[in-house]
Formats: sequence, C-alpha cells, structure tokens
Amino acid sequence: MSEPILLPHPVRIAARASAVGGDEYRGPLGPLFDFHDESDRFGADTWEKAEGELGRTVCNLLLARAGLSHRDVDLLFAGDLQNQCMASVCGLSGFGIPYFGLYGACSTFVEGILLASLALTATGNIRRVAVITTSHNCAAERQFRLPLEYGGQRPPTAQWTATAGGALLLDRGEGGVGVTALLAGRMVDSGLTDASNMGAAMAPAAADTLLRYFDATREDPAGYDAIVTGDLGSEGSGILSELLAARGLSLGARHIDCGMLLYDRTRQDAHAGASGCGCSAAVTAAHILPMMERGEMRRVLLMATGALMSPSGIQQGCPIVGIAPLARLEVSGI
Amino acid sequence: MDNRKAYRIYVERRAASSPVLKNCAAAFWVGGSICLAGQLLFALYRWLGMSPDMAGGAVTVTLIFSSALLTGLGVFDRIARYAGAGTLVPVTGFANAVVSPAVDTRSEGMLLGVGGKIFTIAGPVLLFGTLCGTVYGVVYYLAGLLL
Repeated sequence: MSEPILLPHPVRIAARASAVGGDEYRGPLGPLFDFHDESDRFGADTWEKAEGELGRTVCNLLLARAGLSHRDVDLLFAGDLQNQCMASVCGLSGFGIPYFGLYGACSTFVEGILLASLALTATGNIRRVAVITTSHNCAAERQFRLPLEYGGQRPPTAQWTATAGGALLLDRGEGGVGVTALLAGRMVDSGLTDASNMGAAMAPAAADTLLRYFDATREDPAGYDAIVTGDLGSEGSGILSELLAARGLSLGARHIDCGMLLYDRTRQDAHAGASGCGCSAAVTAAHILPMMERGEMRRVLLMATGALMSPSGIQQGCPIVGIAPLARLEVSGI
Repeated sequence: MDNRKAYRIYVERRAASSPVLKNCAAAFWVGGSICLAGQLLFALYRWLGMSPDMAGGAVTVTLIFSSALLTGLGVFDRIARYAGAGTLVPVTGFANAVVSPAVDTRSEGMLLGVGGKIFTIAGPVLLFGTLCGTVYGVVYYLAGLLL
C-alpha cells in the first residue's frame, strides 16, 4: 500500500474514552481525561497488572459512553508496550470480544484505527470495532530501561513513557467524526541505535509517510486544520520539520505533537516530551476528537509514530526502525 | 553516500548536549557533602573509641545502609537525578545499583525475582572487579617471590 486507501464510506468514530496516571493528570490536558489515578496503580499490586487495569478501565468507559454491552462489539484491536502485549491480555480478556493483539510500538493506536477501518469497510457483518492501546511508565521503564529506583540522569533528547490509555469505538454510522483515508507506514531504518533519542529514530518514518501522502493525493497541508503526530517529542518534531523542508513541504503551526502536549515541559521533568502508545491514544480521545466534535477542527491527519526496537536488539547493535501509519479524520454531516 | 551515516551525524550534531557545567557543579557539591558526611562519621566513630580500621569500615557500612534505605523509600533516584555523578561515584551509587533491582523485582517473587535479578546492574562490576582483584593478587604474589 504505497498509496493512501480512500474509504468509500467514512468509518465513524462513535465513542471515545481515556484514562491517565498522576503525572499526566497534572499536565496541561489533565482535566480533559475521563479518568485518572494519582497513584498510577489502578488498584493493582504490580505495574504490569496496573497497565492491564488501565486498559480495562478505558474499555469499560468506552462501552458506558456508547451505551453498549461487550457483546455488541464484534472485534477488538488492542496493543501495549509490554512483551507479548500482556497488558492488553490481562486487562481485556474478561470482555470476551474477539481480539487481535497489535504491536507497533508507539504507533499501535493508529495501526489499530487502520485495521479496524479496513475490517469495517471490507466486510458486511462486522458492525462495531474497538481500538484500545495503553502504556505505563513504570512497566516500560522496567522492561526497556533500568529499575525504577535506579539513580541516574537522562539526556535532554530522552522521552518519558506516558501512563495513559485511550479507546475508540468505530462503526458504520453517519455523521460526526469519521476516518476517510488510510496510509500504512513503511518500516524506515533510521540507522540510529540510541534508545534515548527515539524522536530522531522515528522522524524519517514520519517524513516518509507524509511525503507519500501529499505526493499521492496532490493535496496541500494548508487544507488541514491540524497534522497530529503521536510522540515525536521536541527533538523528533524539529527533525521532521527540517526533513520535510528539505523536500519542499512545510507544515507550519498546524503540526501538533501529542508527546509535546501531555506534560508541561518547563515544570515537569519530561525532557523531550511524552512517548508510549497510550500517549497518542489518550490525547486523541481527550483533546483532538473533542475539538473536532465541537467544530474547531474539521480536517485532521493523525499519524502515530513508533520506534520498533527491543533491549536485546539494541545491545546487539540492531538499528531502531521507525514506522508511522496515518489516518485522515474528517467531520461530516454538520 | 551512506544516508544512514549522514543522518546519524546530523542527529548527533543537532541533539542538545546535557548541561555539563550545571551537572558538574551539582555532582561536586552533593558528592563533596557525602564525603564530608563520611569524614564526620569517621570522627564520630573514632571518638566512640573505634580503631581507624574499624571506623573506616563502619563509615562505609553506614553510607551503604543510608543509600539502601533512601532507595527503598523512593528518595534516592530523585536526589540522583539532580546530583548525577555526585551520588553515583561514592559507594552510595553502588548500593543503589544493588538495591534498586531488588526493590523492582519483588513482583516476580523473592527467589527468581529478587534472587535472580538483584545483580543485573552490579553484576559486571562484581564479576570483573573480582577477576581484576584475582589477577592483581597473583601478580603481587609472583612479584613478591621474584623481588
């Protein structure tokens, strides 16, 4: 799929839900999230289980918002950052919704939107699909970096994995905010092996997707109210803008990065910004989509960015591979 | 032209470097204060009647215990985020490197969690430290025979 898939009928975003931890609640978007837990524990005794509970919470909120039972949802696309996607498994197995486990690192949320939209478009008997992604700072630190209580300093380009989760319910209904076009990401080998500069590792993939999108559609970025990236952070956002400028494309002020919105970077010690597949999910569900529902934005490109890597891969010198799937969101029927 | 290499150079040049002067100043005064505290403890233990050897050992034990306790209370990493090498270089850093994985892996059980992973960070220091000590001991012994 080197060209965007234009959906013959928009896939409606029928409901949305989000939940975050304490640091995220204390950030600039804090009051917008549906639920937060100051302790980051979500009632569980370990961080891994806490992330599962976070996923279960957003799924329950989503069903309540939509006024549906779990039996009304035909498919579930879910993912997280833990090995074997254990947070999604622990948190969501009880719902009994037919499940696809996804791993696209921090791009999983938009990967899920793409697959859910394809499933709804390609078949007649799938009516509603849920997309849920979560990330938990403590679970990610333990798995990818160092013990939580280890005393060390992080370089300015490092990002902070968000304790956050977001959920969307997609269906074939009319009106509201809909997904109208999709572009799958290509795996772009950045050649970088520095896990404390993920923004730089993901920026080439983000540039690749946007250049392919605008080349194929012959559209102008000015035709969009916002071009939202997942978690490039300040470093990756700066690099993206320079990579695009070298190819004659300028996004200007319409570029928004979820990773730069989640924390107050002057007050909270988040360095280059937030990351994690819950970051773009929660910010989209709590901030971007409500703005579109209120009519403040009508056309948005949503592109999450993922750094495909593992701790052993890094130790073996494997480069970090970036990926950036893209969905076009449009308000219709107003 | 290797694009990936060119990109790596571009990224490295672009990345803001850590605030070295600020970090050095923080490391200097925090690390220095830890050493001062050690010296005061040494004086205290001497005053309590310990021999210099005994007092030196007691100072090390006290510092290790303090950083282990602060790690367990979740305070050490916050101090270290500011102090950097100031808390890493003294024996406090090594204590933290052993205790932090232990605290972290309680959730996987005492045996395979704490037992199996307590030395994940300190392991290389212990292994190669012991190895170097052994080599040094052999060389010292042989040199003693010859000279």
